[in-house]
Amino acid sequence: MKTRVVITGMGAVTPLGNTLEETWKNLLAGKSGVSPIESFDTEGLATTIGAQIKNFEPEKYIDPKTLRRMDPNEQLAIVASQMAFDDAGLKTADLDLDRCGVIIGSGIGGIKTWEEQHQALLEKGPRRVSPFFIPMMIIDMCAGLVAMRFEFRGPNYATVSACASAAHAITDAFRIIQRGDADVMITGGSEAAMTRLSMAGFCSSKAMTTQNDQPEKASRPFDKNRDGFVMGEGAGILILESLESAKARGARIYAEVVGAGMTCDAYHITAPIPDGAGAAKAMKLALKDAAIEPEAVDYINTHGTATGHGDIAEVKALKTVFGDRAYKLAVNSTKSMLGHLLGAAGGVETAVTALSIHDKVVHPTINLDDPDDECDLDFVPEGKRELDIRHAISNSFGFGGHNVSIILAAHS
Amino acid sequence: MSVEEKVKEIVMDKLNVTAEQVTPDASFVEDLGADSLDQAELVLALEDEFNLQISDKDSENLKTVGAAIDYITSHTS
Repeated sequence: MKTRVVITGMGAVTPLGNTLEETWKNLLAGKSGVSPIESFDTEGLATTIGAQIKNFEPEKYIDPKTLRRMDPNEQLAIVASQMAFDDAGLKTADLDLDRCGVIIGSGIGGIKTWEEQHQALLEKGPRRVSPFFIPMMIIDMCAGLVAMRFEFRGPNYATVSACASAAHAITDAFRIIQRGDADVMITGGSEAAMTRLSMAGFCSSKAMTTQNDQPEKASRPFDKNRDGFVMGEGAGILILESLESAKARGARIYAEVVGAGMTCDAYHITAPIPDGAGAAKAMKLALKDAAIEPEAVDYINTHGTATGHGDIAEVKALKTVFGDRAYKLAVNSTKSMLGHLLGAAGGVETAVTALSIHDKVVHPTINLDDPDDECDLDFVPEGKRELDIRHAISNSFGFGGHNVSIILAAHS
Repeated sequence: MSVEEKVKEIVMDKLNVTAEQVTPDASFVEDLGADSLDQAELVLALEDEFNLQISDKDSENLKTVGAAIDYITSHTS
């Protein structure tokens, strides 16, 4: 008998709020977190807008000396983890810390630090590269730092799969508890890749929108006039816990994690396989893992980035898996408002999916003024919708052909 | 600002300690809580401030605030 796994705490820092609560409120209201980029010089970049976090105050959570030695990516991971830990009502003293772990994903890691230190190397030479360069840059340090903060001595590492990083992290954390190797896992993703170099790279790869003159309308998943994603930054962290542990301490349960599926397109470095076969297979595996029929699913939180090929491939995948039921599902894109948080996207979106189940309401997909002919599902364009959800799927796909589907269920 | 004052200021900033803690006898590791990365960063900051190069061998001997002040005083004109 597999151990049952539930979500008991969540935390997020996003372009729509420095807490998950504020983010959720703004998502339900259909607000966009996209604006002209102010944190660095966008001169010469094809894309000059982004979904930036605003008024983030890590100094409220992290002492000044430690803070200076953390890349923003690490700061986001720590702050969102603290929020999730507090939200779950966890107390370090009450936990068997050897059975508590951390898996936090990031697509890119400490690229701001990388850029600054590379500049120091070129201008001043190798002796001027900071001894903190490596710990600030490497992706796994988010998990390491979070473990130090809470004294979690169980399984600890990072997952790296571009925009599926957080979803892989959550899937691994789910499996670890499911097979009895841990009781509590802090998991999700963080990303702080809004830098000049990173933006230049994404611009060159033609993956991002160039609708700079209308920032709030630029992220247009499933719309005819979509032209790429809007880069975002932030972190989304969940506390996964064995049902037994959650019950023993009387914890609030947002939703149960009941299944996950992972595949690869094995097709192209950045483009999805056109028929969405890899994504479809991931969803089918997740359904099999959860031991449920497609008819038991009510809501899909899509990967939905607003790229030309990606949105169509995902819609095709949904039709492959759900057949006629695809048209009866509520299907939305969190990225229409939050932009694309890359390696953190799956963390925030799984949290959003859990809140949708818990609060019995789904947020809209905004900017869907003129749906693509091939995107003919119910994307909830009119505004938030009350919905009793039995099961929901959160999809995350990444450059490299990675596909992850996670199924959450209402906990009764 | 004298060498002593400047060194103290850098130590306070890099190690996040108070002026009272930064006495000449204070050991970077034992009294001021520095780890190996902190010490490496401190040496970088001192090199930048006083425009000198401290070899790895010399830096290993700079165990206290006073030792750092003496070293810098004798290696700058």
